Amino acid sequence: MTLHTAPRIPDPDAFYEALMEAHRALPAEESRRLDARLVLLLANQIGDQAVLMAAIAAARAAADRP
Amino acid sequence: MPSTYVNPRYAAPPPPASGREEAAVVIAGGGLVGLTAALDLARRGVRSVLLYEDDTVSHGSRAICFAKRTLEIYGRLGLGAKFLAKGVTWNTGRVYHQDREAYAFDLLPEEGHAYPAFVNLQQYYAEEWLVEACAATGLVDLRWKHRITGVAPRADGATLTVETAQGRYALDAQWVLAADGARSTIREAMALPFLGQVFRDRFLIADVVMHAPFPAERRFWFDPPFHPGQSVLLHKQPDDVWRIDFQLGWDADPEAEKDPARVEARVRQMLGPDMPFSLEWVSVYTFRCRRIETFRHGRVFFLGDSAHQVSPFGARGGNGGVQDADNLCWKLAAVLEGRAPDALLDSYDAERIPAADENIMNSTRSTDFITPKNDAARAYRDAVMDLSASYAFARPLVNSGRLSRPALLRDSPLSSPDAGAWDGGLPAGAPAADAPVIDAAGRAGWLLERIGADGGFTLLADTAQVEAPGIATLRLAPDALQDHSGLAAARYGMRPGDAVLLRPDQHIAARFRAGTATQAAIAAAHRRALGLAA
Ligand SMILES: Cc1cc2nc3c(=O)[nH]c(=O)nc-3n(C[C@H](O)[C@H](O)[C@H](O)COP(=O)(O)OP(=O)(O)OC[C@H]3O[C@@H](n4cnc5c(N)ncnc54)[C@H](O)[C@@H]3O)c2cc1C
Repeated sequence: MTLHTAPRIPDPDAFYEALMEAHRALPAEESRRLDARLVLLLANQIGDQAVLMAAIAAARAAADRP
Repeated sequence: MPSTYVNPRYAAPPPPASGREEAAVVIAGGGLVGLTAALDLARRGVRSVLLYEDDTVSHGSRAICFAKRTLEIYGRLGLGAKFLAKGVTWNTGRVYHQDREAYAFDLLPEEGHAYPAFVNLQQYYAEEWLVEACAATGLVDLRWKHRITGVAPRADGATLTVETAQGRYALDAQWVLAADGARSTIREAMALPFLGQVFRDRFLIADVVMHAPFPAERRFWFDPPFHPGQSVLLHKQPDDVWRIDFQLGWDADPEAEKDPARVEARVRQMLGPDMPFSLEWVSVYTFRCRRIETFRHGRVFFLGDSAHQVSPFGARGGNGGVQDADNLCWKLAAVLEGRAPDALLDSYDAERIPAADENIMNSTRSTDFITPKNDAARAYRDAVMDLSASYAFARPLVNSGRLSRPALLRDSPLSSPDAGAWDGGLPAGAPAADAPVIDAAGRAGWLLERIGADGGFTLLADTAQVEAPGIATLRLAPDALQDHSGLAAARYGMRPGDAVLLRPDQHIAARFRAGTATQAAIAAAHRRALGLAA
């Protein structure tokens, strides 16, 4: 498996809305912890070490773009 | 404070009258690792002078968890039964989050090993037994209260400056084993820097005497109700002594935290109002994970804490150091006896630096989990703990310590490539696995008791046909040593006709499928394992 970077989420807006909703009432610290739980759940769902490493690298690199 | 142990006092010998002396092998520092090296060398017939600044063994209990591989090494050195008899055997670790169990692990989920995953024992007992065993060999010149103050390395050895109450002398050593601990005088004199990190956290280590009904398990709490926001570790030791580690955080005042009233209050919080206890020993630590760049410097070798240090959550400090001694001593003996070239000693670096890095990596990961470095790290740590309550997937991420495992010496220059196709079993470099055996006289015993016991190489095989000069063949067969449970064959992945060559330190040097175990092939692997060109 390789890291998918083409669109794959069937209803992006609904997913995004649910994500925002989960964070809406949370103070910063709890928000961060929620994200961490989410990342860990998704990482286990992927379950492929190489893809996880590629995703970490891609996330880091995206911040470097001008 | 200690009530269960009285440190023995050993007599300090006078310095040589001439103020100068020569010795072939000098061991600098007689802690756990220096004493182990002295005994290992003595078992191989090599004399040593051991210099020790104090006149007794370790003050207070430092190391308590002795790992299976260490116990096997002490088995080879003749002390294994003592560890089993006095120590507290345990195999299970349990991790709690707040008021519930998050995760449990069994470190030895199979039968058929002489030694358990761990035995807990106060370090001073181990050292006291090592001192007695060293003295009994007559080959270790134990010099209590002989403190090293300087070292001048040369191409053919090093001169140590030694201070005693009756004056100083110079000791010209051909070989020096620097086992003088984390504050190594020799390392400092040679200006060898440590590479690695210090963790910004403090831990209170309290040894408590009590008659507690807790099980002989390693118990670790994250954020327990009795010590909120921090972690706590509990271990059982002999003599009704219990080790409790309280994480304190970086801002704690190490002196104030040692105040007995304050420590008692913390312990009381944990144990509740009804458990009587008394304090045996208390100290406050900051932990480090670091090493020097190389462990061999000409004729000076660093081993144990002088070479590398780790935080104690994986019990990898002392156990790693004992493996250093195990690795170095047979090589030094072989070189001293002229059976191997000096180059064999370079493999000490090639084998033990990766081993130290593995210990440092594991200890660093655990310490990073226990002491998150920033808000993100804390959020992830807490997220793992949150998830572990409901989801099995998160439990292996909980890291309260990855406990000491022996180094596999994967890329050792002393190992030969597999002869024939091996699909399972232990690879070259791995420490030999134990298995129950029955000898020709019908006596039950253990395989490891017979490997390296004579100080030499061992060939494990089922037929007498495969024999090589200078190597003791250990024949596993119904008419010789019986592998009645089949565990030896299974663990080594051996089929009829196969052979496995083992080094004097019980690591695998080479393995041969049936038909490839020719005398020439075995001799070549033997030469390679001795650092001779194959
Ligand atoms: C709280 C705590 C818990 C631990 N728990 C564990 C555990 O459970 N399992 C484990 O494996 N490890 C554990 N360790 C680590 C373990 O104690 C060390 O790794 C081990 O003691 C290292 O042995 P060593 O011989 O290299 O050094 P040391 O034991 O420190 O011995 C060095 C010796 O050299 C002597 N010396 C120093 N300088 C000189 C000099 N100039 N001249 C002469 N002599 C000198 C010292 O007096 C000392 O006796 C723990 C450590 C601590 C602090």
